[in-house]
Amino acid sequence: MLHIRCPYCEEYREEEEFSPAGQAHIERPLDPESLSDKDWANYLFFRKNPRGLHHEMWLHAHGCRKYFNMTRNTVTYKILETYKIGQQPYVLDENSLDENSADKNSPDEKSIDEKNSSEVSK
Amino acid sequence: MPQANIQLSGPSSAGQLIKGITMQKYSGFGLFKHSLSHHENWQRVWRNPTPKKHYDVIIIGGGGHGLATAYYLAKEHGITNIAVVEKGYLGGGNTARNTTIVRSNYLWDEAAHLYEHSLKLWEGLAQDLNYNLMFSQRGVLNLGHTLQDMRDIERRVNANRLNGIDGEVLNTAQVQDMVPILDCSKNARYPVMGASWQARAGTARHDAVAWGFARAADALGVDLLQQTEVTGIRRKDGAVCGVETNRGFISADTVACVAAGNSGTLAKMIGIELPLESHPLQAMVSEPIKPILDTVVMSNHVHGYISQSDKGDLVIGAGIDGYLGYGQRGSFHVVEHTIAAIIEMFPIFSRVRLNRAWGGVVDTCPDACPIISKTHIKGLYFNCGWGTGGFKATPSSGHIFAHTIAKDDAHPLAKPFSIERFTTGQLIDEHGAAGVAH
Repeated sequence: MLHIRCPYCEEYREEEEFSPAGQAHIERPLDPESLSDKDWANYLFFRKNPRGLHHEMWLHAHGCRKYFNMTRNTVTYKILETYKIGQQPYVLDENSLDENSADKNSPDEKSIDEKNSSEVSK
Repeated sequence: MPQANIQLSGPSSAGQLIKGITMQKYSGFGLFKHSLSHHENWQRVWRNPTPKKHYDVIIIGGGGHGLATAYYLAKEHGITNIAVVEKGYLGGGNTARNTTIVRSNYLWDEAAHLYEHSLKLWEGLAQDLNYNLMFSQRGVLNLGHTLQDMRDIERRVNANRLNGIDGEVLNTAQVQDMVPILDCSKNARYPVMGASWQARAGTARHDAVAWGFARAADALGVDLLQQTEVTGIRRKDGAVCGVETNRGFISADTVACVAAGNSGTLAKMIGIELPLESHPLQAMVSEPIKPILDTVVMSNHVHGYISQSDKGDLVIGAGIDGYLGYGQRGSFHVVEHTIAAIIEMFPIFSRVRLNRAWGGVVDTCPDACPIISKTHIKGLYFNCGWGTGGFKATPSSGHIFAHTIAKDDAHPLAKPFSIERFTTGQLIDEHGAAGVAH
């Protein structure tokens, strides 16, 4: 069971309240008509499916019903951060993953919170 | 007599056997004879060879599908200079983790033909491999709990019959007659309104399938290289030329990837994109109990399926976890929901204790159908995307993939499953018959 912090509710809740919604930061093509079949297939079907760090969308289905983003390790399932739609991830590669996961059980919540709140204040 | 080394394969491939490699034939009499010497003189089931410098074909992945591919390449296409490269042990991935159900009642023609080909191979496989696969055609029930379920079931059974696949639509009374312990009362939260029934479907012993194919492939000269992890796929002049492993570089003219949940990782090594997502899929078994369930009961609607193994365990399959995961484990609430569904259908099992639960990594395709395909790189082939239902297809997957590799041209049954379908839009949407919620 994952323990997930919704960046909108600003609370940790159990996984059952949420549903995963696939890879994050996929941009819908501005002009689908002009795309080649290959590019359209890439947009529709081809995903990164990484072994390791993954930026993904989740829906707080039984909570605020808002979509948000999460950075999670797909091997250890460790959640490194959650952030709002429209924001950019703080953890970008395995190296920064190591730095941030020095304390295994409690991710560097403070820095993430600070980042989120600073983003909000912008 | 059993000590006499009898060659395995039929007359069609007898001439292709490598000299000196022979396989002890298993039989009831052999078992008796070995009992006289306290079972101390059994031949090793397969060799443990050191890697050669070069192979004609390297198959990455020593699960059921990879081993079946090696077996059929050697047996039907005369290619015996093959290595199966496995990072762990043979059949230790999803082959060891599935719920052992074999059936072919898929909706669309392409998929139905593929799985029916498999079921036909299953029917003679134990004799072909001289290995007891404990293949038991005990039938599979797919329950319907709503009017829409029943309409879908009728449509699927009719489609199956038109494709020459056996199937029947049963009403509630017939289902109750077949499985007396199933709660078919009208007061159930999801009442059973009927079911589809495929009598030729059933179960097989999952490990035995891997071991049977491994033993038979080994006897035909295939090198099974365990604890050999591929770390890179090397390419020269637009064609593959071998694989980097933790035991050094092994050159090959052809590389065939059959790595289930890890297919995406292999594809990345050589810069190919696959439309796959790897998810955890969980299953569990109860403590062994006396025989009580002599068929397989599946329900898409409440989402649970169950059968009883010969050992007596109730074998229960859960759905996939929605998130990506390579950890071979999933979340507990998925197990909890599955158990709730099973108890809803079989209140009698409410006090049975679970023995073990586990997870595997399944590679799911957007249309719940596999990819059996050449790639734009010469000599590189992929067989992946079987998602939640690959076990039943083990023989046909190996059979048509071997053909695709040997002829460098897709087997007629494999053609619709090319990777091109995601660009052309010719998807084969089997989410309904695939049985497990995606």
